[in-house]
Amino acid sequence: MRYLPLTDADRREMLSVIGAKSVDELFRDVPASARLAAKVGGLPDHQGELEVERAFQGFAAKNLSPAAAPFFIGAGAYRHHVPATVDYMIQRGEFLTSYTPYQPEITQGTLQYLFEFQTQVTLLTGMEVANASMYDGSTGTTEAVLMANRVTRRHKALISGGLHPQYRSIIETAAKWEGFTANFSKTDAEGLEDLIASVDRDTSCVVVQNPSFFGHVRDFTKLAEACHAAGALLIVVVTEVVSLGLLMPPGEMGADIVVCEGQSIGNGLGFGGPYVGLFATRDKYMRQMPGRLVGETVDADGQRGFVLTLSTREQHIRREKATSNICTNAGLCALAFTVHLTLLGEAGFARLAELNHAKASQLADRLVAVPGVTVLNDSFFNEFTVKLPKPAAEVVEALAAKRILGGLPVSRLIPNDPSVANLLLVAATETATEAGMDPFVAALKEVL
Amino acid sequence: MVQSLDRSQGRAGGVSAGSANTHGTFTGNRALQIEEPLIFEMGQAGRCGVDLPEPPKVKDRLNGLRRKGEIGLPGLSEPQVVQHYTRLSQKNYAIDMGVYPLGSCTMKHNPRINEKVARLAGIGDLHPLQPVSTVQGALELIDSLAHWLKTLTGMPAVAMSPAAGAHGEMCGMMAIAAALEAKGERAQRRTVLAPESAHGTNPATAAALGFVVKPIPANDRGRVDLAALKAALGPDVAAIMLTNPNTCGLFESEIVEISKAVHEAGGYFYCDGANFNAIVGRVRPGDLGVDCMHINLHKTFSTPHGGGGPGAGPVVLSAALAPYAPYPWIVKNGDKWHVAEDGAKVDGLPLGRLKAFHGQMGMFTRALAYIMSHGADGLKQVAEDAVLNANYVMAALKDVMSPAFEGPCMHEALFDDSFLKDTGVSTLDFAKAMIDEGYHPMTMYFPLVVHGAMLIEPTESVAKEDLDQFIGALRSLTAKAKTGTAADDFKAAPLYSPRRRLDETLAARKPILRWKPSNNPPGTDPLKQAAE
Repeated sequence: MRYLPLTDADRREMLSVIGAKSVDELFRDVPASARLAAKVGGLPDHQGELEVERAFQGFAAKNLSPAAAPFFIGAGAYRHHVPATVDYMIQRGEFLTSYTPYQPEITQGTLQYLFEFQTQVTLLTGMEVANASMYDGSTGTTEAVLMANRVTRRHKALISGGLHPQYRSIIETAAKWEGFTANFSKTDAEGLEDLIASVDRDTSCVVVQNPSFFGHVRDFTKLAEACHAAGALLIVVVTEVVSLGLLMPPGEMGADIVVCEGQSIGNGLGFGGPYVGLFATRDKYMRQMPGRLVGETVDADGQRGFVLTLSTREQHIRREKATSNICTNAGLCALAFTVHLTLLGEAGFARLAELNHAKASQLADRLVAVPGVTVLNDSFFNEFTVKLPKPAAEVVEALAAKRILGGLPVSRLIPNDPSVANLLLVAATETATEAGMDPFVAALKEVL
Repeated sequence: MVQSLDRSQGRAGGVSAGSANTHGTFTGNRALQIEEPLIFEMGQAGRCGVDLPEPPKVKDRLNGLRRKGEIGLPGLSEPQVVQHYTRLSQKNYAIDMGVYPLGSCTMKHNPRINEKVARLAGIGDLHPLQPVSTVQGALELIDSLAHWLKTLTGMPAVAMSPAAGAHGEMCGMMAIAAALEAKGERAQRRTVLAPESAHGTNPATAAALGFVVKPIPANDRGRVDLAALKAALGPDVAAIMLTNPNTCGLFESEIVEISKAVHEAGGYFYCDGANFNAIVGRVRPGDLGVDCMHINLHKTFSTPHGGGGPGAGPVVLSAALAPYAPYPWIVKNGDKWHVAEDGAKVDGLPLGRLKAFHGQMGMFTRALAYIMSHGADGLKQVAEDAVLNANYVMAALKDVMSPAFEGPCMHEALFDDSFLKDTGVSTLDFAKAMIDEGYHPMTMYFPLVVHGAMLIEPTESVAKEDLDQFIGALRSLTAKAKTGTAADDFKAAPLYSPRRRLDETLAARKPILRWKPSNNPPGTDPLKQAAE
């Protein structure tokens, strides 16, 4: 029991100080019918570190690691190289094993990096204010819709057909149980959607994604104007945050709220989580934001310091009138994001984005040369949609049998829609190599 | 970008060389405590902390939307980045450094084997949307954790995807709304009962789902007033949200009567599982009539708090609520694992989806490693030692501090501020004085039902000799406060932390939420210092 410092002698001595005969006495408020006489049955006993590690190696051996296969999957989670410094830094115990910085005198480390994180997020998105993180991009998107409903006092959201299908699903779930209307525009694989005509005086917000789920890069300036003319907010979602190194930021297009999945910077794929949600808006909406905010102030000696602030929006103060129920967020993933982005800096981040775009362009050029394959996108960043001559799900399985992870069949996330059955979503980041593209293209020719 | 900051002399927060400052050093540093500017005050164009190859030349396919201006990110080399964040880390208190008795937060030891296994190739690097045939081990891992959680709680089902406790609350309350809808009672049952001592997330969650929150008072024993609860029950009640052990650190001794009364009135019992650590391996919530309960993996099962996250909040569900669990469902057909995603047919009526992908896998891995390390025998010992440590603190301090309630506590000891009456020292002052003694303060002013509350949760991870030292420090502070002449000392605390008390009013009145070249506070403007 390597994690438990108390010895039996300690326990006896402590019980005598307490004045109890046994530890059972301390559980006397538990109804007798619910007190277990022995440990919970049917479960194994404690194990040493060696045995535990062996068990996890066993789990790992039953998976195909992306490091061991040509890899081209994206769809809201991207495989990037994370510098060794990042993972070292977030494992420092002072960061890893600290709590939410409610005692600012002894948590300036956390507070200062969150202030740096907030600043980085505003710079990337072209917005004025950002919070200290959400769970991830998917949940942050729904929070943005709820915020827009509060700001506009309207209850009808318009959701693009280019938004990640699982993000759409989460909004749909919130709409059903939290009581607002969400109108879903039809699936937009071609990137031709125009929502301007659908914005009216009841619309609280329009939610679009850039690049879209299918990879298309769009200018939403006119949509933003239409939203503002109707008194609605434009929410722009970015699932591949590296794209902001190369693309016009949503803030310049007139977005009112920007939500990003920040996983790509600093955070590994991790089978889907934990990730980090970036959430930014305009100063005028600051007090309607969900989540924690770090602000600058001074201490009793007049020295600069940082604190959690504007917490009268939050559940621990405001209870049933809070802007959100969020409490725990993605602190350590935000640190990974901040450290990685600091290593990259202006020059590194821009080059990383260029590399991603170039690799994806190379892959697209090679895939269109495969007979029967067409690329749907005129524009993309590091991910695009290809149309195959047969169902993409079968193709992906056939590729997996050859140990190639060759993209996402769109039908996995949009089932029961024949129009997307043959669509394959393909991503290439800076980690893609010629040595990986060659077998992918060759295998695709074979299985088609 | 600030270019003229001379980092050898004038760090932000310090003053120019040659002058005195509050730390009495020329640099503003204090031995191991080094003043550190923001990255935005350190950057130089031409520096970079990564080496990336020249991108191949390709035709631009950005639809004419190439970024025009600079982003404004500072450029730093790798050693500068390492030093910067190392220095920042040294301004934090952490579990790795000592007693962190933050009540209701369960700040227990975070084993490093958990970090190691979460990073194994084939676990930490998997894509969530790889073909399921290539992630059979990952799905088995999730199911293994699910099996432990179900068995330890005595509940038949678990929804794994919620990202944290509050997200789990949302999941559980949506499941209740879904069950009510299936029975045609959703429009009628609009009230959720919650004790006054509840975490703020409980009323926030219920309100977000359109429920009206009705507070239930506590009795003089710190438990739910059963008579008041029964009086509040009726055909309008959807559920009760109850933390057990409760936020006063007490087991709800009438819990069986409470759940029976709620069920008889047609409502559901949501248990906030934040305090599961007190009873894990010793009491199964399923035996108490619970319908759903979130489990904060970052509390009971030791996934690191990480300065405020990430967490994970799986929700165990009773047979009545299991059919409404959200997507995804992980199911086994024969010897193959499958993931039922949105729209897939399952044996139930899923309430929808709460999060992309499959939940906080990195936290699942760590929690499972922790659970396997302890085993069924060790987890029972965890609860016993956590309760023993809290009662020991209570026993050792009850003659000088003022326990809020009589009798044994569970995993945390609650005091009110009556022992500080007429001393001029407040709960806040007392807590800040603990910082100078080398401790993280306990939870203050929560729960709201106790005046000037101080909630101490030592957890099972603290050795007796460390607890004795902690107790000694609190007894000394108490004696000092009771002299009646030490209020000024307490109000000045902390003196030795990287920062003294911070002006939170100023922060809220004039919010500065991002760095801008112009927002340096008095005495810290590097440009001005350089000019001086």
